[in-house]
Amino acid sequence: MRRAIGRGVKVFGHFWWDFLVGDTPELFAAVLAMIGIAFLLRHERMAAVVTLPVLAAVVLLGSTWRGRTRRRKEPAAGE
Amino acid sequence: MSATVVLVLAVFGASCVESVEALTIVLAAGTTRGWRSALEGMAAALVLLAVLVGAVGVPLIHYVPIDALRVVVGALLAVLGLSWLRKAILRASGHMAKHDEDAIFAKTTASLGAATNGRARQRDGVGFTVAFKGVLLEGMEVVLIVISLGASQHKLGTAAAAAAAAVVLVSLVGLLVSRQLSEVPENTIKTVVGVMLTSFGVFWLGEGAGVRWPGSDLAIPVLIGLFALVSAAGVAAMRSLASVAPAEPASVPGETEGQPAS
Repeated sequence: MRRAIGRGVKVFGHFWWDFLVGDTPELFAAVLAMIGIAFLLRHERMAAVVTLPVLAAVVLLGSTWRGRTRRRKEPAAGE
Repeated sequence: MSATVVLVLAVFGASCVESVEALTIVLAAGTTRGWRSALEGMAAALVLLAVLVGAVGVPLIHYVPIDALRVVVGALLAVLGLSWLRKAILRASGHMAKHDEDAIFAKTTASLGAATNGRARQRDGVGFTVAFKGVLLEGMEVVLIVISLGASQHKLGTAAAAAAAAVVLVSLVGLLVSRQLSEVPENTIKTVVGVMLTSFGVFWLGEGAGVRWPGSDLAIPVLIGLFALVSAAGVAAMRSLASVAPAEPASVPGETEGQPAS
């Protein structure tokens, strides 16, 4: 019973780790940064509404670039 | 109003993409191990996914403060949306192989092996498990999207109905043509859904933290336009890069894509 629960927790943890971090930890880190920035800038309306989407866009392009360069280095890496 | 339309489109699109992928696995299991077990596996997974939506989504709406819920949901949607967009850009620009339903069907069929004639009518544990696991894995992301978008806007029923409509549509088309739907422009749908999820994610994340977007819900279409432009620019920039490395083979059956899945 204990072992089954432990295995269940492990599978659950694995799912969320893969879902949130996986092979793109930069996306997860960026979203955490966005949460912090949103709270910091919540009273600076214009700064917040510009910073949040711009940060998301920059991270997307950066991560895509990283995916491309990593793929060139490791063509066999499965993703 | 605009938020509801985008919600329905995002859930319907995401559900269509995942349903097409799940259908390939169910068809492969049905063809090789017998239809009874494959269909039972699919039905069992769909029931479990529906129970998950109700068991997790309803308490979220009733017991979690809406602002906290929107920050968490926004973060989840942003991670998922950015991840889908990243893959869609890499695929559209030729840096990653596109999802090939024909190849996945052939691979799954080969790995499962053919059932004997007599066995096709009996229950088959392998066929059931493969279909169940395939539908469950592909459906898990849809469940997350349904719960996230539905709970953050208190429209869980609408989100669940949009997902169910996509499952029914893809199943009916699959039944009619009796083969995997390799002609569905999965990457295009994935790009559109990725743009919507990212837009919703950034919007709800900010809204939950106390940022007031200009025009309230009207900021969502503006964000969609922005991320669509960024994605198009990303594809164009990546295409223009010289010496593109060969893309890797298509995903193997049962393998998930998004972060955890497709």
